[in-house]
Amino acid sequence: MGGAILAVIFVIGLAAPLLGTRDPAQIDPISRNKRPGAVRILTGADGRQTSTTYWMGTDSLGRDIYSRVLYGARVSMLVGISVALISMAAGLVIGLLAGYLRWFDGFVMRIMDGLMAVPAILLAITLVSLSAAGLRAVIIAIVIPEVPRVVRLVRSVVLSIREEPYVEAATALGARTVPLIVRHVLPNALAPLIVQATYVCASAIVIEAILSFLGVGIPPQTPTWGNIMAEGRALFRVFPHNILFPSIFLAATVLAVNIMGDGLRDGLDPRLRNRL
Amino acid sequence: MRGYIVRRLLATIPVVTVVAIFVFLLLRLSGGDPAAVIAGDSATTQQVQEIRLKLGLERPIGEQFVIWVGRILRGDFGESYFFKKTVAELIRDRLEPTLALAVCTLLLAVAMAVPLGVVAAVRRGTWIDRTVMGFSVLGFSVPVFVIGYALIYLFAIELGWLPVQGYQRLAEGFWGFLERLILPSVTLAVIYVALIARITRASVLEVLGADHVRTARAKGLGAASVLLRHVLRNAAVPIVTVIGLGVALLIGGVVVTESVFGIPGLGRLTVDAVLARDYPTIQAVVLLFSVVYVMINLVVDLTYTLLDPRIRY
Repeated sequence: MGGAILAVIFVIGLAAPLLGTRDPAQIDPISRNKRPGAVRILTGADGRQTSTTYWMGTDSLGRDIYSRVLYGARVSMLVGISVALISMAAGLVIGLLAGYLRWFDGFVMRIMDGLMAVPAILLAITLVSLSAAGLRAVIIAIVIPEVPRVVRLVRSVVLSIREEPYVEAATALGARTVPLIVRHVLPNALAPLIVQATYVCASAIVIEAILSFLGVGIPPQTPTWGNIMAEGRALFRVFPHNILFPSIFLAATVLAVNIMGDGLRDGLDPRLRNRL
Repeated sequence: MRGYIVRRLLATIPVVTVVAIFVFLLLRLSGGDPAAVIAGDSATTQQVQEIRLKLGLERPIGEQFVIWVGRILRGDFGESYFFKKTVAELIRDRLEPTLALAVCTLLLAVAMAVPLGVVAAVRRGTWIDRTVMGFSVLGFSVPVFVIGYALIYLFAIELGWLPVQGYQRLAEGFWGFLERLILPSVTLAVIYVALIARITRASVLEVLGADHVRTARAKGLGAASVLLRHVLRNAAVPIVTVIGLGVALLIGGVVVTESVFGIPGLGRLTVDAVLARDYPTIQAVVLLFSVVYVMINLVVDLTYTLLDPRIRY
């Protein structure tokens, strides 16, 4: 079920230009703060009338919320997927090395422990402050707090696998380290890693929205769910729709990713079922 | 026992050191001359020069770090040129709201989550269990500011029971103080309840299957007594652990919740400092929150021996 909701949102994001949206950044001073469902009829110079319906209303700059929410799905998907992929890749490399090289292990794990001592959102906000706001800075700022968790996971798998008799046997038969890792350790790390990736993806989508909402993330003209909500903050009492619609999409997406993660966890490795 | 405490204390030193190095480097990583960055855009050349001398920026970086740590240990976090105050003063001003919010949330979350988790475990597989677990997944997924706005809309705008936003100091009256804390605490507690309830359920389920519980029941103890004395006590270690680890969520949540509810606390200060690129404040807040988090988990680890006499170090 999680997968289905996610597929829908993914398609919505990709097909946003085809779903009756307008330019999500187009400012329209005449139709500011329209309620959801408001219809605006434009009479052109030649007397022909065109009508626009604002399904989700407009914000205080007259931008169409419906279009912005649909386009916002793109940013969330992009951030979620790229953060998951990058942090998995980085975590896998560092974790494998830490699990195998003793001298590297002590040094790297101290750094990871230190990074984990800074609460994730706080670390991300701080890292964003280091560079100009933008998509790339946001992705990096979210990746860095996630990497230590992946490293720990990979390292723990490596440490348990390297004691297995078949790995010892392979070593005794003269297998070299790198092929050994690729053939024996990697497949074992893959299942928990994929599960972890979905949780990282969910938390990346939330943190991106939080950063944008706080005004330290992606620049406000870019339609992201967090930005739409940040824009709607000032007039929330009068026009709650600015916050309502992106909230629904955001919550549904994160819920879907988490449900998918739980499903994958149960499906890929029954032993993990009772763990967190 | 004493040996364990000493070892556990020593183990926090590398962690805090790494955090301190990171926080120290923050200013250097920001690009540009640290003194100019601290002074801000409207500073004169002379001010920049003063800061440079004060921080010892002309010395080697290792020495700068030692000077910096020494000042932090004396409680001198430098000066915020943006807020025109010393950082220590800023933090002191903003401490009460954050502390009140965090304590309120913690109490609320534990008071709700532990009973929910226990009931879910005892009534395993029933609709109660499924509701609690469903809520738990939902609580993890709905971002904290979404919950905040939903609660504001329902209880403050539609029903008008509680104030929409703001904060009132405890000294100005208890009811006004409490009234403004209810919605933010509930908001922040949701994710925490989700986390604690889940662990409580898992850990109680594990203990419920143990032999000594069957024995306790067989000798005719009442259900409540079995639960409290034999189950919960044995299930306590994982629950307390997750309460400690969850403080990271709490701190992250404070930053967001204070912005949603317009509470002038440390979380809001963090966001304002980042928006203004006010590095002395950013450094102090990150360091403070991280050290608090590490210390809370240190205390949690040390309580294990009290909770479970079988744990000997």
